[in-house]
Parts: sequence; structure tokens; C-alpha cells
Amino acid sequence: MVASKRDDGAGASGPGAPARPHLPGGRFAGNGSLVGQFAKIALLGLFTALGVWAVLPLYVGDNWWGIGLVVAVVGLVYWVYLSKRAVPAKYLLPGVLFLVAFQILPVLYTMSTSVTNLSDGHRGDKQQAIASIEAYSVTSSEDAEEYTLTVATTGAPENGALVFLLTDAEGRTYAGTEEGLSELDGATVEPSGKVTEAFGYTILSPTQVNARSGELQEFAVPTGEGTGIRSSGLSTAFEGRATRVYDEACDCVTDTRTGVVYHADDERGAFYSEDGDRLAQGWQVGVGFDNFARFLFDPTFASSFFTILVWNIAFAVSVTFLVFVLGLAIALVLHVPGLRGKVAYRVLVVLPYAMSSLAMFLLWRDMFNTDFGLFNRILGLEVDWLGDPWSARAAVILANVWLGYPYMFLVATGALQAIPRELGQAAQIDGASAWQSFRHVTLPLLMVAMTPILIATFAFNFNNFNAVWLITQGGPFSPESPTAGATDLLITYTYRLAFNEATAQYGYAAALSVMIFLIVSVMSVVSLRRSSALKEVD
Amino acid sequence: MRFRSAPAVTAIAAIALTATACGGGGADEGGETAAESTLVIWSDPERADAIKAAAAEFAEANGIKVDVQGLAFGDIQGDLLNAHQAGNAPDVFIGAHDWTGNLVRNGAVQPVELPQDRAAGLSETSLQALDYDGQLFGVPYSQENIFLMRNADLAPEAPETFEEMVEVGTELKESGETSEVLSMAVGQEGDPYRMNALFTSAGGYLFGQDEEGNWDPADLGVGSDESIAAMEKVAEYGEDGEGVLRRSITTDNDASLFYEGEAPFFVAGPWNIADADESGVDYEISPIPGFEGEEPASPYIGYQAFFVTEGSANSALAQEFVTNYVTDTDFVLDLYEADPRMPVQTEALDEVSADDPNIAAIAEAGAEGMPMPSIPEMGETWEPLGVAQAAIIGGADVREAMESAHDTIAEQIGQ
Repeated sequence: MVASKRDDGAGASGPGAPARPHLPGGRFAGNGSLVGQFAKIALLGLFTALGVWAVLPLYVGDNWWGIGLVVAVVGLVYWVYLSKRAVPAKYLLPGVLFLVAFQILPVLYTMSTSVTNLSDGHRGDKQQAIASIEAYSVTSSEDAEEYTLTVATTGAPENGALVFLLTDAEGRTYAGTEEGLSELDGATVEPSGKVTEAFGYTILSPTQVNARSGELQEFAVPTGEGTGIRSSGLSTAFEGRATRVYDEACDCVTDTRTGVVYHADDERGAFYSEDGDRLAQGWQVGVGFDNFARFLFDPTFASSFFTILVWNIAFAVSVTFLVFVLGLAIALVLHVPGLRGKVAYRVLVVLPYAMSSLAMFLLWRDMFNTDFGLFNRILGLEVDWLGDPWSARAAVILANVWLGYPYMFLVATGALQAIPRELGQAAQIDGASAWQSFRHVTLPLLMVAMTPILIATFAFNFNNFNAVWLITQGGPFSPESPTAGATDLLITYTYRLAFNEATAQYGYAAALSVMIFLIVSVMSVVSLRRSSALKEVD
Repeated sequence: MRFRSAPAVTAIAAIALTATACGGGGADEGGETAAESTLVIWSDPERADAIKAAAAEFAEANGIKVDVQGLAFGDIQGDLLNAHQAGNAPDVFIGAHDWTGNLVRNGAVQPVELPQDRAAGLSETSLQALDYDGQLFGVPYSQENIFLMRNADLAPEAPETFEEMVEVGTELKESGETSEVLSMAVGQEGDPYRMNALFTSAGGYLFGQDEEGNWDPADLGVGSDESIAAMEKVAEYGEDGEGVLRRSITTDNDASLFYEGEAPFFVAGPWNIADADESGVDYEISPIPGFEGEEPASPYIGYQAFFVTEGSANSALAQEFVTNYVTDTDFVLDLYEADPRMPVQTEALDEVSADDPNIAAIAEAGAEGMPMPSIPEMGETWEPLGVAQAAIIGGADVREAMESAHDTIAEQIGQ
């Protein structure tokens, strides 16, 4: 512990160990103030409490991997903050923990999802699918007996064997157990049919019944071959029959009504009949790289994917280029010394940046409306802006440039002011034209500051979901490929696959996300490499 | 670390224990309420308070707590499926009947057995709509369908046929009183939900039905000759035809066109009533007219229902709630007070229609309606069919557009 620090150090280094060298951090490193000590003790205490709080539900859920992880993280934090050897780690650890929790884990999770068929109809595991198939197949025939139900027990309310006290339409009473149905005499019955008292049985209160909901769902009073009386709520019971039964021996489900046998297909994660019909409830299975193969090689999906990819790159490149050119041009114009009303101009130019981009995108969308939009009304045109692929693309780029250039203007203005004017003047004295001095003196110096920002702008626009979703929702769509629109970016396309009204395809969408991640990473790394090369030239 | 650190370690342990004890206190509370049972219900925020109030009696009678959580209606299905997978789903939730197929295929809901006397109090079609493969999966409580809202100052008579409506509207437009004939949202992506009224009137169909009324996904009708003929009829009123149906009218501007008096007719839904009252337009509600000499226009009917989550820890009470309380006239009327939707409980509907002429008019407009198919395959039709319909209204070749929509849907649903 830090409080104990003397020359013998923090660890278990025995007497006679050499004196430790001075640690980085100067006087803050070793002998902290009393307040600091207390703060540290309190924070570590709270962190431990957090760990205990996290472990409890994991323990209840028997999740030993999770418990191990929590213990390891808490142990690591203790080691880092109590050891004197890990000073840099003290500064890095919180950031690293957050990085792992909020960046790396989601990426890994997406990657692991991308090799499964996780989608609607394939969410749970096989046991759950079998349970739903059997439970959903319980049907009561039209003329089945309907009973008023009173749930009772022969033992303690918490765990005694359940008994259904049943009253039929004629007022006869029965007691139903797991063994079967028997007549019940001498019970006190309300007019509603509810039994209020019966010798030898404890009637359960609604809360007591509810506490045993899980058992109740499984409970059926057998009345014949495959039929049983099941409860529905607290006060009704029906005779029903499970028409679909799972047999472990053949790993198949048999429909007793039609006689069709559905065999488990563990590659596709569902039960299929010989004719290829499947039961709706499937389960999640690993599919390897099928999801990737689908959009890379399957003709229909691949053509959508590559068309969107090309447009996506074109969109990001043109938006980045245009906002840069426009922002820089305006910055240069307003950089002219002695210009009057500079502040007013700057405020005007920055205005689009100050407004909510969400509202602005919706406004742009309305301005592009064919019949009621501002553009067509003012210009007297009848262009179906968002209905034609090329005009819709132009519209999306235009709106985005309008919203994006003020940022470039701000950055360029800042960068310009950091470049001494003397350099330009010197170039002019040497006989350079204004263009030459801009091209060979100002621009290279400017690019040092601007390149990382251009890369960031590119990466941002590559995944600029709002810009497309709010204006066109990816449209216009052609009837030939109604799932891939002309202005769709990969991210909007992925979103539609994962969260649209039709089947949610998380596995496939995750594969696309991984692809986007790879594309953006590679592009960023390559351009950062190239920009550092640029710097060395300077 | 050996000697002086002892007090520090003790202090850390003490704080940890204290903090854990505080947390533990919370957990204990949680434990108690679990013993006391909290029935968690998901609803949209508009109805959350009404459900809470109406469920209070139920909570009291059964010695439990009811916690109603508000979510945007459109998010409930997706969130529920994810929560169900993660094991923290609510016990009961409100949903649309056309979610049933998807909920069932994900094993997220429990079948519900309604006692015969309870079932008898509900409209038969509503129970059919929530029936999936012969099982009832939710208890319906309200229904909604689109209808024709007209500006009674401009068009005093309810049109009998679509042609008559276009004639009246065109006269108004030519005289300069309005700028549109009809405000019916189409948008760039199409709107198969609204279009279904005209589509069915002209003889088109989406999925076939077997004798028992179950939807048959194997009988996909999008590319059929009947459906193509129907869309050809619709195309006559498109941008290259009469210009009555246009892609520039979307769900974002359709209502304001009507409220501002720019359109005499408006294909509206119950969700437009409150704004219409506020706009001051003198409106009347009537059924959407079908084409002359063809089938009546059949708008989709959507039912809203209470579902019980599979694996709910309180399933006994949850089942009790949906079977015996949701079907109760007083409960339905309480909900109606908070959010005036047309009840499917016949007794409540009679009572409400007597008070509110709009409800009666909407019910009449829905008389020819059809429940929206609830099979999961339905979800795959919206986008391709909408795109095809929008393209047709924009002047594209009808056969080509419908056949390619058919192919896309068939591929998606695996045929």
C-alpha cells in the first residue's frame, strides 16, 4: 500500500533490496497527500462494491466465466493502483478499460454474430425452439371441456404437489393431479365455479399461484393419449392435445395430425420435412463465412453490394472534396487583410453548422419535393429530384456540402492564421504570382494541418447515416432491386437489413458491418501513412 | 504493504461492504417485490397511464404491483424480441396483430385460451386476426382502418365510387378552389398499406387464403394477372394519367394539404382525427370508394392486442390479466377515454359509437376491410410492392414492375 512506502518499497522485496530509482511523476508519484489517500481508498472501495454488485447476478445465473472476468478486472485494478511499479498503467488503465468495453467488445461481438444465422426465426437455441414448437401445437378441439380452475396443493403452498380443482359446466368437481383426474366430493363451490374449500387441499392465493408460474406452464392433467388439461390464467382450464411431438431418438418432430415428420437440420438451424417445408421456429447456428460469401459472390446480392460500395466511396470522396474546396475558398476570401465586416461574414458562413443537422436534412428533403418543394417552385421546374437516381444523388451531396463546409471553413481559417503572412510576401517578392504562392507555399503548409481532418471527414461521411436516411431513406428504389436504393450507403443498407419491417437479419447485417469496418480501417490507415509521408517531405 | 497498509485495506473493505450493503438493500427490495410480484407491461406512452389506472384494480385484487413502461409503439416488437432473447422481457405487452407471425416464429409469445363467454364478447374477425395456425396468441382490444375524410364545405356528398370522387375533385381543382384532387400518401417508396383499398377494389390480391381463412404464403398474388390488371387501373390515375395519385404526396404532407383546404379528399386514419378537429376544417368520414362496377375497396384493418410473453415469470397472472381484464367492458372504456381507438369489444363499441359519430363512421368505413395478413412473409412484401406501386404511379410499365416485385418477394420468402 502506498501509505506504507518507505525505502523498502511497496512489494514484498525483503530487507536489503536496492533502493528504488525515482519514479516519474515527481512528488505526485510516491507520498500522496492524506486527502489523496482517502480518495484512493474510497474509490477502490466503491470499485470493489461495483464488482460485487456485478458478480451477484452472474452468480445467480451460474455464469462462471463472467465471474472470472469481473474478478480478474477488479484484481487488475487493485494491482495497478496498489503497486508502485505500474505508474504509467495508472494513467492508461481507465482509458484502456473503456476502450475494451465500448470499442473492442462490440467489434468482437459483431464479428462473432457475422458468422451465425442470427435472424428472426433463428434467435434462440435448439431447446427453446423445440419447447415453442411443442407448446404452440397444443390445441383444444371445438367441443373440448372447459373448466373453472382453482389451483391447490396437497403440501406447502411454496412447493407442494400442484392439484387442479376443476368445476365443469354442470357444477361437478374434480381433482386433477399429474397422475390423472378423479372426482372430488365435499368441496365448497362458489357460484362462479371457484372452489373455496376442499378437504385435504390447500387453496393457493393468486400470488402463490403466480409464484409457481413456471411449473404451471408445464403442468397438465393427463386425460388420455396425448391429451391433458392445462391452465389458462388463474381460473380457467382446458383440455388440449399437443399435436407436434419431439422425439430425441430420431432428432425429429412428428405432427400427429398430418403424420409429417420434420427432421432437425443442424446446418440450417430448423426442422425440415422431406418436401422441404420447415417449422417456423428455428435456432441459431454457425454458418461460417456464408454471410460474407452471400454479398461477395451471390449474383443478386453482390451486384447490390458493389453498386452501393462504388456509390458510397464516390459519395464520401465528393463530399469531402467539395466541402474542403468550398470551405478553403471562403476561408481564403475572408483571410484577405483589411476586409470589412469580417466577423459578420464569418457568422453568416458558420450558421449552417450551428443549426441542428437533423432538422436541416428534413428541411432539405421537403425542399426537393416535386410539387411542393422550394426548388421546383422557385425555378419553375418539374424535376422529380428524389425520384431519379442521379438527381437524388446530387441532392444528397448538395445538402451534405451545405451542412459540412462551415466546419472546413473554421478549420482552414485557423490553419491559415497559423501560417505567417511573411512567407507569402517573400514568395511574391521572388516573383511568384498569387496562385503560385498559394499553390507552392500556403497549400503545402495548410495540408499538414488539414490532412488528418480530411481523413476524419472522409471516414465520417463514409458512414453518414443521417444524411441519406433523412433525405431519401436510401431511395429511389427501382422495381428490379427494391432492397438497394440509388443513394443507399452501406450503413443504410445494413440498417434496413437488420431493423426493417421484414425479417431482421442480424447475422447478415453484422457481416456487412464487419466489411464496412474493414474498408474504413484500411482506407484510414493507408491515408494516414501517406500523410505522414507528406510530412517527412516537408 | 505489510504493516501500515493494514488500516488502508481495512478501510477499503469497510467501504466496499458498506456500498455493497447499500446495493444489497436495493437488491433485497427487488427480492421483496419479486415475492410480491410485479407484473411488467409494455405499452406506448399514450396509453401507459390509462393501462396503469385500469390495471390498478387488477393489482389490488391479486395482491401484486403493476409496472407499466412506455415505449414508442413502433419499437415494441423489435425491443421485445431482443429483451426476450436476453431474458428480461416484460410479462405483457401491447402490439399489432400483424406482428403475430414474427412473434410466434421467434417463440416470444404464449398462446392464450379465451373462455367462451369472453371470446363471445369480441368481434369474430379480430379473434381470427390474432389466430395463427389455429391458436390464439393475443387478446385484441381495438382496431383501426383508414377511411376517406372529406372537406364538407367543398364536397358535401360522400362519393359512391372512386370515379365520382375524382370528378368532384377535378372540378374543384379546375375552378381553382383546391390544388389537389385527392391527398393520398404515396411517396417515393410507395404505400401498400393505403393502396390496398384501391388494389383490392380493382381485383388485385397479395396472398391467397385457404378454406379456414388462413393466409397461404405459397399463393403469392403480386405478379398475378389480376393484380397487374388492378395496378393498370390504378395507373390511370397516376402521374401520367389523371394526376390524382402522385409520389410528391407523402405521409409528411398529406394531412397538411387537407387541413389547409388544398385537397377536398384525404385518405386518413384514426391518428389524423385529433389534428383534423384542431384544424377547423368541417370534415366528414366515409368509406374509401371503390372503382365503379368493381369490388368494394377493402382497407387493411389493424388490430391492437395484449400479448403474454413466453417465459414470463408471472405468466399465471399475465394470462389472467389478458383473458379476464382486457376483455372487460369497463377496462376497454377506460382505455378508450385515454386514447380513443375503436374497441373490438362489442358492448364497448356500441356504447362508444353512440357517443362519438366518428367512431361509428370509421367502423362503417372498415366494414369491407380485411385484417392485415399476420404471416411473417407479409413483412417481406412491403418494400418491393411499395417500390413497384410508386414506380407504376410514376408511369413505369405495370407488368414489368409487378413481376419484378413478385420475383423479389418470392425469393425472400423462399419460393
